[in-house]
Amino acid sequence: MKIVMAVIKPFKLDEVRDALTAIGVHGMTVTEVKGYGRQKGHTEIYRGTEYAVSFLPKLKIEVAVGSEQVDKVIESVTGAAKTGQIGDGKIFVLNLEAAVRIRTGETDTSAL
Amino acid sequence: MSFKFPYRAGMTAALAAAATLAATAAFAEPTINKGDNAWVMTSAALVLLMTIPGLALFYGGLVRQKNMLSVLMHVFYTVCIVGIIWVLYGYSLTFTGGSAYIGGFSKAFLSGVTTDSMAGTFSVGSSISELVYVCFQMTFAMITPALIVGAFAERMKFSALALFIPLWVTFVYFPIAHMVWYWAGPDAIDAAAKAVAAATDEAAKKTAQDALDAVLADAGQIFSWGALDFAGGTVVHINAGLAGLIGAIMVGKRTGYGKDLMPPHSLTLTMVGASLLWVGWFGFNVGSNLEATGTAGLAMVNTFVATCAAALAWMFAEWMIKGKASLLGIVTGAVAGLVAVTPAAGFAGPMGAIVLGIVAGLICLFFCSAVKHMFGYDDSLDVFGVHCVGGIIGAIGTGILVSPSLGGTGVFDYTIGKVAEYDMATQVLAQCKGVLMTVAWSGIGSIILYFIVNIIVGLRASVEKEREGLDLTECGERAYNM
Repeated sequence: MKIVMAVIKPFKLDEVRDALTAIGVHGMTVTEVKGYGRQKGHTEIYRGTEYAVSFLPKLKIEVAVGSEQVDKVIESVTGAAKTGQIGDGKIFVLNLEAAVRIRTGETDTSAL
Repeated sequence: MSFKFPYRAGMTAALAAAATLAATAAFAEPTINKGDNAWVMTSAALVLLMTIPGLALFYGGLVRQKNMLSVLMHVFYTVCIVGIIWVLYGYSLTFTGGSAYIGGFSKAFLSGVTTDSMAGTFSVGSSISELVYVCFQMTFAMITPALIVGAFAERMKFSALALFIPLWVTFVYFPIAHMVWYWAGPDAIDAAAKAVAAATDEAAKKTAQDALDAVLADAGQIFSWGALDFAGGTVVHINAGLAGLIGAIMVGKRTGYGKDLMPPHSLTLTMVGASLLWVGWFGFNVGSNLEATGTAGLAMVNTFVATCAAALAWMFAEWMIKGKASLLGIVTGAVAGLVAVTPAAGFAGPMGAIVLGIVAGLICLFFCSAVKHMFGYDDSLDVFGVHCVGGIIGAIGTGILVSPSLGGTGVFDYTIGKVAEYDMATQVLAQCKGVLMTVAWSGIGSIILYFIVNIIVGLRASVEKEREGLDLTECGERAYNM
């Protein structure tokens, strides 16, 4: 099992969700995060005072899937979240050791 | 015009002398004009609206979320404490005779002010209820110290503010308001002038002339110099703006100033506050006419157009210089225009007011963006850059724009009952003297008061409290639980 963690532009969330639903992924966790990468941030000006805002708002989505689905998930997220502009975000894949569904006690892939 | 005084106060002796001599002259007994009374009552409520919630939200939106309540609290507290002080002794110190610098205690606790008491307007024989006048002027005393709190926002201790405000209105606001607005009133001057005209022989003429001189001399120092201030450019804005600058310097910069991000937490609320300020300002400027007359109409149109002009001037200048037309720019420009038109409201013509607004918008922008950084003082919400600078532009501009040749009204002389000869150099000099006196009194007075408060309770919150935010550490509350 793997966790696919993607940091995306906030307005791309619905498209990513639709794309994942289409390949049979039913569930994700979304967190509002801030960060920076190559997109360095922007400048805000209040009464002549300039503020360099270097941490930009993004959404982090986490999806737990069976190892065989990882490539499809990456493909879907990439396709849906891409604008071609700097700041589209990144995808990280992590190993997942165990999973439990709290209501039923099911474990691992049947819990996903 | 607010430089009005209840005609009975302190003037009894002079009036009696004049009235005796004027036995043959027509002497209209003043009466309360119900329409004027209704308008000044409405205006008093409008000026309160400027302060709460107008000013409170304008300022509150500009601070960080963790200090929102502390700013609202400072403004609301100021309103309440000054309201009490005003009726205890503030009104008496400001609007009774005494010296040219401060009044006396004859009306302390509103002694002698009843439902029958009258306060003169700017027309001979037409008065409003003195109790209404007390309320109207009370709201001015409330908003002036409330303006100061923006300068040391986000770091001033509440106990320091709680002590500073009563001291400041007592030793700085009341004297300056007395100096600018206290005068014998049109009825006293008119009666004394008629007595001079009616005197038949030389001896009687001399006595009557002495009585008239005494009436004319019974006025605040800045008023006597001939300085014009329609609604409080010197008393309110220069005064508060300078006290703010001194406070910003003496309290010190916010922790992390220049390093940490300190952007406004809600420009939406700032826009709501600025708009309420504008609406309430009609009570401030137009109400200062004390009568619902054509001059009130002039003050009204000027309060519209000078504000529009200053807002646009600031916005377009910022757009050209910084590349973006900002909301904060347009609303701050509007406030700068309101400040500048305050002393000029009933004196300048509408086209003059537009010019005044443009000048104020551009110069205040320069002070808030360039000068502040050049000198490195942390006037958190630009109280100095908008109110003191805008107030000075307005005060001096009034001296120029009152000129009948520039569409202004000229200056009415009550001793001759018509508009006096206008001389620009004389008028501008009088305006400058008024500004300098205000700057000196406010500056020195404020330095001493901050110093005293610092010794007694300490001016600023600890760095830990400042980092945590004054809402939680001083008020024990959070602005937004979401």
